[in-house]
Amino acid sequence: MKTFAYYPGCALETMAASYHLSAVETANKLGIELKEVEDWNCCGATPYSHIDEYLAHTLSARNLAIVEKDRLDVVAPCSGCFKNLYHANDNIRQDPNLAEHINFALEEDELHYDGSVDVHHLMHMFVNEVGLDEIRGQVKQPLEGLKVAPYYGCHIIRPRKNGATPQDAGNPRFFEDLMTTLGATPVEYPYRLRCCGGSLIATNRTAALGMLHDLLRSAVDAEADVIATVCPLCQINLECYQAEVNRVYGEEFEIPILYFTQIMGLAFGIKPKKLGIGREVVPAKPVLACVAR
Amino acid sequence: MFRKLSFSEEITNQMYTTGTRGLNCCVQCATCSSACPAAEYMDHTPRELIGMINAGLRDEVLHSNTFWTCASCFACSEQCPKNIRPADLMYVLKRYSLWKNTYQEGLIGPDFSRRFVRTIMKTGKSYEPGYAPAFILEGGFQGLLREVQGAMKLLRRGRLPLIPSKIKRVDRFRRMLAKILPLEGIA
Repeated sequence: MKTFAYYPGCALETMAASYHLSAVETANKLGIELKEVEDWNCCGATPYSHIDEYLAHTLSARNLAIVEKDRLDVVAPCSGCFKNLYHANDNIRQDPNLAEHINFALEEDELHYDGSVDVHHLMHMFVNEVGLDEIRGQVKQPLEGLKVAPYYGCHIIRPRKNGATPQDAGNPRFFEDLMTTLGATPVEYPYRLRCCGGSLIATNRTAALGMLHDLLRSAVDAEADVIATVCPLCQINLECYQAEVNRVYGEEFEIPILYFTQIMGLAFGIKPKKLGIGREVVPAKPVLACVAR
Repeated sequence: MFRKLSFSEEITNQMYTTGTRGLNCCVQCATCSSACPAAEYMDHTPRELIGMINAGLRDEVLHSNTFWTCASCFACSEQCPKNIRPADLMYVLKRYSLWKNTYQEGLIGPDFSRRFVRTIMKTGKSYEPGYAPAFILEGGFQGLLREVQGAMKLLRRGRLPLIPSKIKRVDRFRRMLAKILPLEGIA
């Protein structure tokens, strides 16, 4: 059994609890233990960088330092957390002055960070560290006929990781490949890499609803049964504000938005309830109909 | 001899950690504007804003809603042929305008960012319902009603946090952050 440190992030405590449940269930099926980071703090999301860059890096460094004590690598299911942890880590590794400055602050919590931890998005852990062959071996209920719109969003690919190519950020295929491995059919739609609006849902409702409308239209036009996400903010925006998009734009969208781990779990034959299915605002019926056959 | 920095140089300096080639490299090709999913909601497109900075239009830039309408999706930075990193520029302008306390009246973004940071300073964790006052009154009474209805749906499904979560070593955490930035500055 391989162990990764697991940084759930604030959203997974309640609003995205189903992502947490399904992440743990699917990882366990693949022989992976996710060990929650002891006393972790918020990654700072985007607003922390609106105030001060050092501050934002220090928040991530505290979490990385706690992980380093266990000599593990860390996995983040939220794309926003992943971006902050990954790039703070990268900057600290490359800039000794930054590292010194931050370690001076970490002393207050009796911590020190040497830069030895690798940061993975949960999706990358499954696809790169576990591998599609292992995943294929766990598929008990291939999702035949299920048309999935794999939605990458932003921070899992942008800003580009250290060493990543323009191809990695401009035309990634790992999400489609994973869906094919599960027996589902990934649909092609133009907005798969386009932003959901992120925190604009709070700060500029008009802009966010416009961006969500574009995205939902794009996936529905491609005849997707479900949109799969890798980030709680994307999931919450696309699902919880779908009714508001319908009201403002006169649409009748009713497309379920599930976490990729929920879709994996269904293919693994895990009971829907254990994957947090049943807490949706937009019911997951079309997906459940596919595994009930 | 000492020369006063131009606005463009001042902003470029603030971007030193980002690896930008500098704002004066901009060729006004508008790749950033066409990559931006929020451009149609901005007072000025990213290309225009960079042009304005290079022309030294400081007040017009700081009072533009453009950088507060940026969702930090990094599509522009990915595609910019001159490696200017416009997404990081938007972060810099947010910070700069908060420091100078100069921004367009009526925007929700500045208040939202301050509330967010204050919450984390206090508890170490984010608490979504705590940010509601920043935006909840925007849609008037009807908007408030819709917001409450949405919240009730989440509440019934056990997806709404009622009590803010808190880290254990919050005192040490606060002392740690105070070494980076004086807490009284924002908290």
